[in-house]
Amino acid sequence: MDTQTLVYLFVGTTFALYIGIAIWSRAGSTSEYYVASKGVHPIANGMATGADWMSAASFISMAGIISFVGRDGAVYLMGWTGGYVLLAMCLAPYLRKFGKFTVPEFVGERYYSQAARMVAVVCVIFISFTYVAGQMRGVGIVFSRYLEVDINMGVFIGMAIVFFYAVLGGMKGITYTQVAQYCVMIFAYMIPAIFISMMMTGNPIPQLGFGGTLDGTDTYLLDKLNGISQELGFAEYTGGSKSTIDVFFITVALMVGTAGLPHVIVRFFTVPKVSDARKSAGYALLFIAILYTTAPAVASFARLNLLQTVSEADYTKLPGWFQTWEKAGLLGWVDKNGDGKIQYHPGAAFEGKPSFKKDETGVNGERLLENSATANNNELYVDRDIMVLANPEIANLPGWVVALIAAGGLAAALSTAAGLLLVISTSISHDLLKSNVMPHISEKQELFAARAAAGVAIVIAGYFGINPPGFVAQVVAFAFGLAAASFFPAIIMGIFSKRMNKEGAIAGMLTGLIFTFAYIVYFKFVNPAANNPAHWWFGVSPEGIGTLGMILNFAVSYCVALVTAAPPEKIQHLVEDIRIPRGAIAPVAGH
Amino acid sequence: MSTQLNKQAYWKENLRLLTILLTIWFIVSYGFGVLFVDALDTIKLGGFPLGFWFAQQGSIYTFVILIFVYSVRMNHIDRKYDVHEE
Repeated sequence: MDTQTLVYLFVGTTFALYIGIAIWSRAGSTSEYYVASKGVHPIANGMATGADWMSAASFISMAGIISFVGRDGAVYLMGWTGGYVLLAMCLAPYLRKFGKFTVPEFVGERYYSQAARMVAVVCVIFISFTYVAGQMRGVGIVFSRYLEVDINMGVFIGMAIVFFYAVLGGMKGITYTQVAQYCVMIFAYMIPAIFISMMMTGNPIPQLGFGGTLDGTDTYLLDKLNGISQELGFAEYTGGSKSTIDVFFITVALMVGTAGLPHVIVRFFTVPKVSDARKSAGYALLFIAILYTTAPAVASFARLNLLQTVSEADYTKLPGWFQTWEKAGLLGWVDKNGDGKIQYHPGAAFEGKPSFKKDETGVNGERLLENSATANNNELYVDRDIMVLANPEIANLPGWVVALIAAGGLAAALSTAAGLLLVISTSISHDLLKSNVMPHISEKQELFAARAAAGVAIVIAGYFGINPPGFVAQVVAFAFGLAAASFFPAIIMGIFSKRMNKEGAIAGMLTGLIFTFAYIVYFKFVNPAANNPAHWWFGVSPEGIGTLGMILNFAVSYCVALVTAAPPEKIQHLVEDIRIPRGAIAPVAGH
Repeated sequence: MSTQLNKQAYWKENLRLLTILLTIWFIVSYGFGVLFVDALDTIKLGGFPLGFWFAQQGSIYTFVILIFVYSVRMNHIDRKYDVHEE
């Protein structure tokens, strides 16, 4: 069978599997729809959390980003895993004991305030939409690259699939689909990684091969990579170039943001017991760590491979994958000095994003670009996504591995999209309608409202997938920064301080939110020209500013709570109660 | 029997465990992986500069171990103070 048939076969089979699971596990009550009746096994929840968490960006782009920035890529590796420690120890068990359905619900009850709950709802919806638009785009891109359909058609197909299982199955359907998606995803990631590790270092375990010697020599892979990088004028791969304070702040913002992301927190509402919530966070991180410790290995293999293959190479003698991905627009070459060889050095080869001339080729057969070349000596444009996508071809792996990557990329994007859409629909039906606008609706009506909200959310997300706002990449900083500066402190203080009251929490959340929002908007949109270390406060980039927002939130909350009345006795008892595991019961359906 | 006093002692022991584990969490990730990374890079672990290894590998392994240690220790503490779930 040729690769194209295999791709259709793999993608079709996995889609059929997801739909089958959705029909088998469709939700009949709000409790099933919101939290899968709190009956999910901790290991299954761990896998579902892994799939929920690892998006198209983790699967396709992360290794590529690390590949280009070397050691600084650790901010993502540590930032997107370290938050689970906070989640497991400071949030998940207590929120599970609290035993309701949503994060805004906790904020609202703990701070005995509908206003606090509404602030939380707005944050949840904003954060989740920011994220989900990117996922839909990811679905479209994978479709267009592997199934040769239009990106928009790909987004439609993705919308239809997610609509089917998120709307029908709710949390229950999503959870078991995510378990399947995790398996597809991790298998698809590991197989090419293992083969490439064997090819380059002779060690089948990428995590070890990464620190080993190159196959058949005494040279360590990383030493070789550092050497070549420096020869070509790039920074040393294992050395960092960001300032220590910025690395520190970005890592904190990502970690705390992770722990504060509503679609991650809510996964821990689905397990039967408090002790399961703790254990489940461990499994979740274990399953995530398999991919996250492989990614930096893949990054270094791919980087070395790329530098060795293309630098000073004759264009006409390059391996076949170069032309394949040039055709896909992920590689571009301008022969500035006309020697027919590729010179690869730091700096952009040309201005702006590549835009290829239709059907026009240069003297060596390369695709010509419309962009004007820059004055530096770099001739090559490399899209970072290629580091994962081209791996199977670079390692000469058979067609079914390519098909597996396509299915894995889709699994990663769909699972995250579904988790986010569920959070959006629950916030609307449960936190907005049931608790605020229409408190008298029946459980059946609430369930219908949740499904309708999910449907509408999918259409909006699909719209952003088809017409991506130019700022999608920039707003990711928002999601983490805002989660770090708003929810995280409010929840932590709600559990660890009995004295924290509604005035303190609301003042803190608003301060954190407004400060972080303003800082990011200023540097990303209002005055992007000033977006450099010389203008940043304390040298902290917009990506790391959520950390400062979080500190401000804590400080303002503490000061305001000091001068205002203590929370009512009832709330102090509530706090005492959530600290004790015994007595965690599944909520009555519809409560 | 979980009296008020018992609950307070339970919470105190919980916080003590939390402080120890989060201190390790901080030292390994922010200490070894960010603040002292350059000093550690002078030591080699196979082909890895040690600081680089902590930043891209070691910290993640430590995180996983920390959560499982927490989970097991907390189950023990739950039973000790008789506040575990049935």
